Amino acid sequence: MTDATDGDGADRTDHAEALESIPSRDGAAAADQPAEGEPVRADGGSVGVESPFEVVSSVEETRLDKLRKFYDSYVRAPFFIVWTDWRARIGFTIVFTYLLMGIVGPYVVEPTEVGEAGALAKPFQNWDYPLGTDQMGRDLFSQVVFSTTEILKMVLAGALATVGVGTMVGAVAGYKGGWVDTVLSTITDVFINLPGFPTVMVLALLLPIGSNPYTVGLLLSIAAWGGLARAIRSQMLTLRSESFVEASRAMGIPSRDIVFKEIVPHLMPFVVINLTNAARRVIFSAVGLYYLGILPFENLNWGITLNQAYQSGAHYRPGALHWFLTPMIAIIVFSVGLILLGQSLDRVFNPRVRARHEKRSGDTAPDGESDEELTGDVGGV
Amino acid sequence: MVNIDWRLRRLGQTAFTAWVVITLSFVIVRMMPGNPMGAMIQQLERRGMDPVRARELVELRLSIDPSKPLGPAYIDYMVNMAQGNLGRSVYYQESVVDIIAQALPWTLFVLSWATFISFFVGISIGALMAYWEGGKLDVGLTSWAILMGSIPFYVLAIMLLIFMAYRWGWFPTGGRRPTGIDPGLTWPYISGVVRHAALPILSMIVASGVASLGMRGNAIRVLGEDYLRVARLRGLSDVTISTQYVARNAILPMYTTLLISIGEMFGGSVILEQVFQYRGIGWYMLSATYQRDYPLMMGGFVVITLAVVIALLLADLTYGYLDPRAKGQESEVY
Repeated sequence: MTDATDGDGADRTDHAEALESIPSRDGAAAADQPAEGEPVRADGGSVGVESPFEVVSSVEETRLDKLRKFYDSYVRAPFFIVWTDWRARIGFTIVFTYLLMGIVGPYVVEPTEVGEAGALAKPFQNWDYPLGTDQMGRDLFSQVVFSTTEILKMVLAGALATVGVGTMVGAVAGYKGGWVDTVLSTITDVFINLPGFPTVMVLALLLPIGSNPYTVGLLLSIAAWGGLARAIRSQMLTLRSESFVEASRAMGIPSRDIVFKEIVPHLMPFVVINLTNAARRVIFSAVGLYYLGILPFENLNWGITLNQAYQSGAHYRPGALHWFLTPMIAIIVFSVGLILLGQSLDRVFNPRVRARHEKRSGDTAPDGESDEELTGDVGGV
Repeated sequence: MVNIDWRLRRLGQTAFTAWVVITLSFVIVRMMPGNPMGAMIQQLERRGMDPVRARELVELRLSIDPSKPLGPAYIDYMVNMAQGNLGRSVYYQESVVDIIAQALPWTLFVLSWATFISFFVGISIGALMAYWEGGKLDVGLTSWAILMGSIPFYVLAIMLLIFMAYRWGWFPTGGRRPTGIDPGLTWPYISGVVRHAALPILSMIVASGVASLGMRGNAIRVLGEDYLRVARLRGLSDVTISTQYVARNAILPMYTTLLISIGEMFGGSVILEQVFQYRGIGWYMLSATYQRDYPLMMGGFVVITLAVVIALLLADLTYGYLDPRAKGQESEVY
């Protein structure tokens, strides 16, 4: 029962079991012969110690069940949904390849150094440096691999900060309303109005940023979170008047829990899709900043490779085109992958697609069955 | 009544943003650790200049008097800004306002053409894709738009520069106007200016392929509406339906996208003008960054920000006229 593929199905099953175990509905006999000392209610029902509000589930859920449920609804089902669409497959593969390249690559590929090979060797000629070399004889393939690690660090910090700050500010502003909303929205508006790139450029120059990729990522998120915060706020405005929120409020759940445990999970699809957009944005701005040569650096990344190529005049020298093309293609392919992944995540979170897929995957108790049990029980009262 | 209130509020918000940006520039220049003011004073004193004279020079250039306490210095700065005094450039030995005033028209020239052309190209392509939805053209163009959307515009700009300017020699490799021709309303000069601006404009147009995807989505949504079926049943001509029903409703949301993209393009002009060595406001701001010419850099930053803020304000205010449904709160862009 508990290994339903998606969360909704499993929840519903739990409800059904909970209802089953409510004594007053279970046997009509209870109303006919009330036990001694048990309070008899005016409607003929009896409320014993086992109040329906205290019964959670009649079946204990073991940790293994929980793990399996988690695996099914967060790993297996999304994976199969993603795999049914060719765009999603491509996007997923590309992003996974880059992750692998960034995390494992540096341990496998040798770091390159100046004068390792001849200057400006052509790509696809020699397997020691498959993508050719730059003016200083450094292997471009190795540069791309080591750059990926740096870029991934920036993306990790930048995208998480953008989405985290944007979601928090937007959610709180939308839920709270009143002066909190006014203040937060005004701040958001200011940040939306700031033109991203010049702002980041000025701050990068004047703040003690250093060459730490995580700090650079955080810096880039400064000009990026506003749009998401505004979108989340407007979603929040519609969600806050939903009945489940009203119920939570009536139950006295603190606002913080209502916002972040009840409502924000409903916005997760939107948030996760924005994560891929934020990642793309971070890559574009970071590479742009490094291309302009504004930030100090220790380790190479795609932007610095572009900068060095431009500085050495690779754009007008014959035979140096691959020096530009290598980092450019690295950026473009990653970006295509992120776009496709974002689109496929849209499908993963779409309940209609999920439902369709669940029927196809079969081996779980279909929703209809538990629904029947539920109605049967209620009808029996 | 409500209408006026909303506009006043939006205006107030714009003024607030402008104030925040200028204050931010003051904070950066005056108070940050390692701030430009301190750096400039040190720089001048190291050259053996007498400290008092150095401070006077810094005041002239940054419009901030280093010897005054924060409060009065801030008020002076704001008054200077309000009078359009952005200080003096260290590198060019000119007033920042003059430099920006002669650079800004060039940037606006490129940006406005890029915006309009990409808007119309995006709309036409998007409409075609929606019309033949699911067909080969649609699939092909959608993939193209995704690919173009994933190329950073500066990467595209470098590619265009390499091929169209250096390899094939179709366009000049840099600069903003033909050399050796007197400025004036003569054909050689005007055509030269257009040729210099062509590549920056082209790289922005091609990179904005995403706009066509937005238009496609809008048009497909409109095509499914009930009122369109009613219009067909009423026997309206195809031309009337496509221009007055589909196009109008599908283009309206694009208007906001268009004006928001102006903000991004302004920001992007910093990189774009560097690639093409096009001396607009972005180029000056960047070269000021390289030269550590803080007055010019902050001046460029403030002007670019104000331009974006004003563009967004115009977008909000005019959208209400274009779309009668969007009066009031909903008509805010973003």
